[in-house]
Amino acid sequence: MEMSYSQFLSMPQEIGLLLVFLLVFIYDTFMPERTQRHLPVFTVIMMAFYTIYCFCMPQLASDTAFGGMFETNPATWVMKNILNVGAVLVLLQAVKWTNSDFVSVRRGEFYELTLLTLFGMFLMISARHFLLFVIGLETASLPIAALAAFEKRHYESHEAAAKYIFTAIFSSAIFLLGISFVYGMSGTLYFKDIADAISGEHSALLIASLAFVIAGVGFKLSLVPFHLWTADVYQGAPTAVTSYLSVISKGAAAFSFLVIMVQVFGAAYNEVWEWMLYAVIVLTITLGNLFAMRQRNLKRFLAFSSISQAGYIMLGVIAVNVMGMSSMMYYVLVYIFSNLAAFGVIAAIERQTGRVTMDDYNGLFKTNPWLAFTMMLAMFSLGGIPPFAGFFSKFFIFVGACHQGSVAIYVLVLIALVNTIISLYYYLLVVKAMFLRQDDCVIPTIKSHWSERAGLILCVLGIIFIGLVSCIYAYINGSVNAINTMFEAFK
Amino acid sequence: MNLTLLMYLIPSLIMFGCGVYGFITRKNMIAIMISLELMLNSVDVNFAVFNRYLFPGQLEGMFFSLFAIAIAAAETALALAIIINVFRIAKKVDINEITKLKF
Repeated sequence: MEMSYSQFLSMPQEIGLLLVFLLVFIYDTFMPERTQRHLPVFTVIMMAFYTIYCFCMPQLASDTAFGGMFETNPATWVMKNILNVGAVLVLLQAVKWTNSDFVSVRRGEFYELTLLTLFGMFLMISARHFLLFVIGLETASLPIAALAAFEKRHYESHEAAAKYIFTAIFSSAIFLLGISFVYGMSGTLYFKDIADAISGEHSALLIASLAFVIAGVGFKLSLVPFHLWTADVYQGAPTAVTSYLSVISKGAAAFSFLVIMVQVFGAAYNEVWEWMLYAVIVLTITLGNLFAMRQRNLKRFLAFSSISQAGYIMLGVIAVNVMGMSSMMYYVLVYIFSNLAAFGVIAAIERQTGRVTMDDYNGLFKTNPWLAFTMMLAMFSLGGIPPFAGFFSKFFIFVGACHQGSVAIYVLVLIALVNTIISLYYYLLVVKAMFLRQDDCVIPTIKSHWSERAGLILCVLGIIFIGLVSCIYAYINGSVNAINTMFEAFK
Repeated sequence: MNLTLLMYLIPSLIMFGCGVYGFITRKNMIAIMISLELMLNSVDVNFAVFNRYLFPGQLEGMFFSLFAIAIAAAETALALAIIINVFRIAKKVDINEITKLKF
């Protein structure tokens, strides 16, 4: 096959991100020492420009590159835009942290590794060949282990990194085993060709490989029963890395999971993986909720809450229709804003006082009304209380799942609905601690850095307006409608 | 002697099983790393054998195993670096003692 360089033009978002990465790298390497402390702001500005540019740029129609290994279409375009928005927010909230005493020596590495993992996630989303997908998956998950070990002086950080890297390698080994069986059945690694080769076949090998693939990606998404690493890693890693891990990397894994399940294993939906995923979703939502109730450390608490949120995100996969996919993307967007608001408050308080347990937040409203107010909005949105975006995202994803039509899915939605009410209990525990409880040693009034404040304001605006401004959902839905042929087999 | 597909696949699966067993039972982090390497290598064998026996006309599986070897090397390097860091700060490589983060 002839190699033509013009096919790189079909991956404009990746090229743009690489340009940002190279600029940051050059700044980090060649700029004089006294200008280094402006590196974080430089990165955020470049990233913000790039993100806005991606939103404004006329979208390409569907296009493929490298013999069909790589595909861009309107839906992948919007998915990457959503991840970009989240990355800008995470990088913005991390500005002050990366300039602090013990981190500032390596601040360039934080931004470079973060941008590289984002590049890997883009490859995961656009890959239509398992080789490219695996490379993207590893590019997206390995640097995060290095990032988790970023706070060199803290033992917890290293323990979290060790736990993350072991589970990441274990899960990718299981995933690769599944892929090798798929290759043995079909003789190809292209998504489309695999789907053609295995349609109509329900051999034991197919079921085994599907289970391995779900397990492998389930580790990345921290679905129950593959969730055990989540809480430890979230607690030990630096808060900026935790927030990145909990929203961006989870969102990317969910998007690519949907693409794999629908495009590769779509023919086995009814007989095989609907039921596998069904059990996983019920377990994920319920166990995530039950474990979240007993957490006192807020980072662990948000870890279990994110496990349960991953279960809701998976409702969009099991729906296998246009509404399910677009509501899943919308859910991830809303989840980015609500979770980053919560993590932003935790990071601001942890950076100055080092306190992260729920009892430390007693009476926070008296001393830090704005931080408490932001945290309250984040909790309301995560719990799904009506005027905020979290309600709309939950509503859409339930409706999307119901459109699938079978009675079993209605029962699943009912279980998810009951769990939403249970989850309100522990989200409101935080609100109660902040507003109603009194304490002798309340956290003193904190003057947060402008970057943290800007990040939190953006998150609050997102929480309030994403649900009310209907053109955002229409934008996502329009992009998914453009590729609705993907779901034709499921009607 | 004529070697068939199964004569490769069964040892490779046994190797994978040994890797999983070692990952679960071993207490030393280096030994866990070795078990993970076993798992990754058995996948490489799988790909090469499927390609050689079932689809001899093409090279996709061989290429995949080449890439998988490179990725496994990167993973090992990073994991060893993290293990060394843990050892430096805590003077331990036994996972039973690396339990500060729990519950």
